[in-house]
Amino acid sequence: MTMENKTEEIIRVEGVSFSYDGVPALLDVNLSVHRGDFLAIIGPNGSGKTTLLKIMVGLLKPGQGRVWLFGQPLEAFKQWHKIGYIQQKATNFDPIFPISVAEVIAASLNSVSRPVKPGRGQVRNKIMEALQTVGLETEAGRPMNSLSGGQQQRVLIARALSTEPEILLLDEPTTGIDYPSQENFYDLLGKLNKQKQLTIVLVTHDYGIVNRHVNRVACLNQKLVYHGEHSEFCQSDRFRELLHGGHHLISHRH
Amino acid sequence: MNGELIFSGLFLRALLAGGGLALACGLLGVFLVLRRDAMISHGLSHVAFAGVALGLALNLMPLIFSIVVCLAGSLLILRLKEQARLPGDTAIALLSSGGLALAVFLMSIKKDFGAELMAYLFGDILAIAPSEVYLAVGLALVVTAGILLNLSRLVFMTFDREAALVSGFSLGRLDRLLVMMTAVTIVLGLRIVGLLLVTGLTVIPAASALQLARNFRQTLLLSSFFSLLSILGGIVLAYVFNLPASAAIIFLALLIFSLSHLLKRWR
Repeated sequence: MTMENKTEEIIRVEGVSFSYDGVPALLDVNLSVHRGDFLAIIGPNGSGKTTLLKIMVGLLKPGQGRVWLFGQPLEAFKQWHKIGYIQQKATNFDPIFPISVAEVIAASLNSVSRPVKPGRGQVRNKIMEALQTVGLETEAGRPMNSLSGGQQQRVLIARALSTEPEILLLDEPTTGIDYPSQENFYDLLGKLNKQKQLTIVLVTHDYGIVNRHVNRVACLNQKLVYHGEHSEFCQSDRFRELLHGGHHLISHRH
Repeated sequence: MNGELIFSGLFLRALLAGGGLALACGLLGVFLVLRRDAMISHGLSHVAFAGVALGLALNLMPLIFSIVVCLAGSLLILRLKEQARLPGDTAIALLSSGGLALAVFLMSIKKDFGAELMAYLFGDILAIAPSEVYLAVGLALVVTAGILLNLSRLVFMTFDREAALVSGFSLGRLDRLLVMMTAVTIVLGLRIVGLLLVTGLTVIPAASALQLARNFRQTLLLSSFFSLLSILGGIVLAYVFNLPASAAIIFLALLIFSLSHLLKRWR
C-alpha cells in the first residue's frame, strides 16, 4: 500500500488503540489524511469506525497512541473552526426543539472559536452563502423540525460549512434518508471536494453509493486492514471480497 | 384595592422584584425544559429551603445564606451526574430529600423559627423587604445577562451537544453557569412563590412558549412575556381579590399554558 505524501497532512493518527471497559475496539491504527483527500472509512459493524472518527475529533481519548491535527498534537489544537463534524444520527435531534434553519447555523457560527468573530451582517451573509451551497437558501426561516430528513442533513452540512472548515468529518450521514436524497447528498460532497478542495473523511456502510466520489479508502476491522488509494483498493482482494463475499460493507440498512 | 398599601411602596416593590424574577425565569426555563432539566428546579428548591433553615438557625441573612447553599448544591448535582454515573433525576432526588431532611431536622432542634420558615414553603412576595428587592432585581439582571451573553453557545449545546463539543469552547463551564444561574433564580423564586410552587415558575412559561413558537427567538420572547404576565398579573390579582400571590401566579401561568395549547391545536 502506498502512502505518498502529496499535500499537507491534515490528520495523522499514530498507533491508536482504544477499548470500551476492557473490550478492544481499535488496535494500533495508523492513518493519515491529506489536503484534498476524500477518504471513506469502511468496515463491518463494530469494527471501530465511529470510535476512530470520534478519536480524530477529540471526543474520545485514545488508550494508546496520538492524534495530530494540522501538524499540532490534538490536546494543543485550538483552531476548531477548521474542522466540520457531523455525527451519526445527527438528524435525530429533539423534535420539539423550536429552532429555524438560520438559527441552527447562526448558533454554531457565533459559538465556534475562531481568531476573528464575524459581525452581525457577516453572520447573515455566511448563513445565506452556506445555505446556497446546499440548495436551501429559500428555507432559512423554516422551523428545522418541519424539514425532511434529507433537507435536515443538508442544513447540518451548511452549518458545518458556515465556519469555512478545511476538513469535513461525517459519520454515516445518510442513515434513514431515502435513496435519491442520499445520491444528491454524496454528489454534493463530491462537488465540495473537487471544486472547493474540501478534505472529507466519511464513515460509511454503503461503499457502493460513495465509491465514485472517494479517492482514498481505509478499511477497518479493529485493525486497519487496508489504507490507500481507491483505485488500488478496487484491484485488491479486499474489494473482491466485498463484492462477492456477502459482507456487510456494500449495503447495509439498519 | 387598598390605596394606602400602594403608597407604602409594598405593591411597587413586589412588582419590581417579581418583574426581575420573571425575566430570569422566562429565559432560564426555556433551557431547563429543552435540556430535560426541569426537575433541577424542584431539587434545588429543597436545597434552597435547607439553606434558609440553616440561615435562620444561625441568625444569618437567610436569603444570602440560601443562595450560597443552593449554589453548592447545584454544583454537587452536576458532579453526581458526571462522576457517580447517576441519571440526572436520581442525583436530584438525592439532593432534594437530603435538603428537606436537613430543614426538618433544624426545625426540630430550633423550634422558634418554624413560622418564619413556613413563609418560604408558600412564598410571600407582599412581605418582601426593600433590601430583598435590590437583591432580587440585581441577581435577576445578572442571570439575564449571563444567558444573553452566552446565548449562541447555550443554544448550540442544547440543540446538538456532540457537535458543540467539537467547537473548541468549554461545555462544562456553561453547564456550571447554567446550573448556578438556576440556583440563584430558585432562591429568589422561593421568596416569591415558595418551595412548593417554584418549579412551576421556571417551567410553565417555557412550556407555554413551546406550544406556539416557531423559532428560538420567539420561544425566548414568548416565555419571558408569559412569565412577566403570570407574575405581575398574579401579584395584581392577589391585591385586588385578596388571594395568596403564589397561587394566583401559578394559576395564571397554567391558564396561559392551557390557552397556548388550545391555540396550537386550533391553528
